[in-house]
Amino acid sequence: MKKMCVVLNEREVDDNPFKPKMYRIVRRYPLTNDVNFFQARSVDPDEDQMTDYMPGQFIMLSVIGEGEAPFCISSTPSRPGLLEFCIRKVGTLTDSLFELKENQTIGIRGPYGNNFPIEKMEGKDILIVAGGLGVAPLRSLLLYVLDNRDKFGKLTYLYGARSPDLMLFREEFMQLKERDDLHCLLAVEMDESGTWKEKFGMVTDLFKDLGPIDATNTVAVVCGPPVMYKFVMQHVVNLGVPKHQILMTLERRMKCGVGKCGHCAIEYLYTCIDGPVFSWWDVLHMKELIGRGASDKTIA
Amino acid sequence: MMILKMKKDDLPAFLDSIKEWGELWGPTKKGDRVNFSKVDSLSQMDLKATRTIIPPKKFLYPPRFTMFDYDQDGYVERKGDVPKRILFGIHPCDIHGIMIMDKLFLETYKDPYYAERREKTLLLGHTCIPDDKCMCIATGTDFIAEGFDLFFSDLKMLYLVWVGSTKGHDLVRMRSDLFSRDLGKNDILNYTEYRKWKNSQFKTQVDLTGMPDIFELGYGSPVWDQFADKCLSCGQCTMVCPTCNCYNTVDEVELGALEGTRDRFWDSCMFREYSVVAGGSNFREKRADRLRLWYTHKLQAYIGEFGKPACVGCGRCVVTCPVDINVLSVSTALKEQEVGK
Repeated sequence: MKKMCVVLNEREVDDNPFKPKMYRIVRRYPLTNDVNFFQARSVDPDEDQMTDYMPGQFIMLSVIGEGEAPFCISSTPSRPGLLEFCIRKVGTLTDSLFELKENQTIGIRGPYGNNFPIEKMEGKDILIVAGGLGVAPLRSLLLYVLDNRDKFGKLTYLYGARSPDLMLFREEFMQLKERDDLHCLLAVEMDESGTWKEKFGMVTDLFKDLGPIDATNTVAVVCGPPVMYKFVMQHVVNLGVPKHQILMTLERRMKCGVGKCGHCAIEYLYTCIDGPVFSWWDVLHMKELIGRGASDKTIA
Repeated sequence: MMILKMKKDDLPAFLDSIKEWGELWGPTKKGDRVNFSKVDSLSQMDLKATRTIIPPKKFLYPPRFTMFDYDQDGYVERKGDVPKRILFGIHPCDIHGIMIMDKLFLETYKDPYYAERREKTLLLGHTCIPDDKCMCIATGTDFIAEGFDLFFSDLKMLYLVWVGSTKGHDLVRMRSDLFSRDLGKNDILNYTEYRKWKNSQFKTQVDLTGMPDIFELGYGSPVWDQFADKCLSCGQCTMVCPTCNCYNTVDEVELGALEGTRDRFWDSCMFREYSVVAGGSNFREKRADRLRLWYTHKLQAYIGEFGKPACVGCGRCVVTCPVDINVLSVSTALKEQEVGK
């Protein structure tokens, strides 16, 4: 029998980890026809705004009367005050969310999950590769690195979208191209307007414009639709970036965000508390991380 | 640990006295179905019954309950009227199951709903009679050394009573006249005899050694598809499993008002919707994927993380599954690469 120690079992006031706090939508505008940008801040001015998050983390967002779902944070803690989200209308919860107007309230709890290992990334070259809506969590990291530019080495940002009007934060990223402290490459697959002056092709086509890479000193961070990983990862691995320095952030169904409801389980891990940031090394060992399935016999 | 002795004839009086602390619940039999029911006395209980249909997790984690009441101003925690309950006659496997639940719900991000019920529920364990479905000897859960408030070992004429918590000790103090600490040679001999007898009762041979490696090797095995062809995705295995904790939440809306409740209810990883994300992408579309998740969690992943399976060998999946998919049949099939008839 274990030696008894003094156990205090009084409950702290208001320590229900499932309880959403109320936030006000202070700004909302479309990024594309089905993706909106949301800015939110706590309803209670005396309440601390959520500033203790790190790039890569997520929150559970409640729409009153509809339900709750996980969303990654697109803002950076280096610019405190407002939480920002980049959300696609894809289901019943987001349908209701898109009906809300500015100044209406939503519930938020978090931040949850691990995050991009910022401290270990300091001093390293950073290669960020985004596809489509995958930019949502990566914008947090990109802005964080830009706000702490001296702490990181070379910064390269690759972003691919289907067409210019589907490129999220297009104006924001076009301005980044003016800066000389990062290498920003943007690509679209097609442009019916005929005004696109950047690269054409898939995000993988941007790798040939990378220039020399100090691979072992690089941390690569990738996020995009599931089909993108297979191709992008081969490029990054072929560059020579060590597999544990290739990071990605995953999406799963979640009903709690805190390791209780089980939905996001992958073998012995919960995406919500052990992720959502995983490395390519994890993926090679855990077949279900990016849904490779039993029939995938890939070794490399 | 403090071990006390009680005459068997004194048990009814003891149970009668401790009802002062809270409701008394125990295993009762209706037809051939055994359930935990609220009882007045020992005479209503069936202590020889091997297992209840639903494990005692339902008292700590009800199949459905309200977490919050909400309106436009936000979410208010529903403080339920959780009664104080004494569960008598819980077997070692089920206490092991509750300890696995405790680890999940009470450690990081403590679940206040589970914690309150755990706090208000006393576990009074009791030795059991294994049947041909019991596998606890293979999962190392045939005896229990912690997790209970009191544990009663039935040695025919008397009980040896393990006192596992301060609250359990309080119950003893309510009737200290019924207990003694005079343990002698015969008590040790009788207890040793009981352990020997219990070990001899297991009729099902299960060997779970090496399961993590066998699962890893068998990830792509056709055995999973063969089981999937039989599986009905009914989810009964998850409902009766003492270590299944998955849940879903739903916001119920009052008609005509922007207010309602956020409810939480048992979910099952066997259900097709379990891993579906917004937009319709399903990370476990195939039944084989969902079956493999369940068994991987019980027999591979948990062993990898905590050194023992998340199966407590209670045999409920063996009894319940209508198509003979259970810990026994799956572990055997994976080793032999053949699904039994």
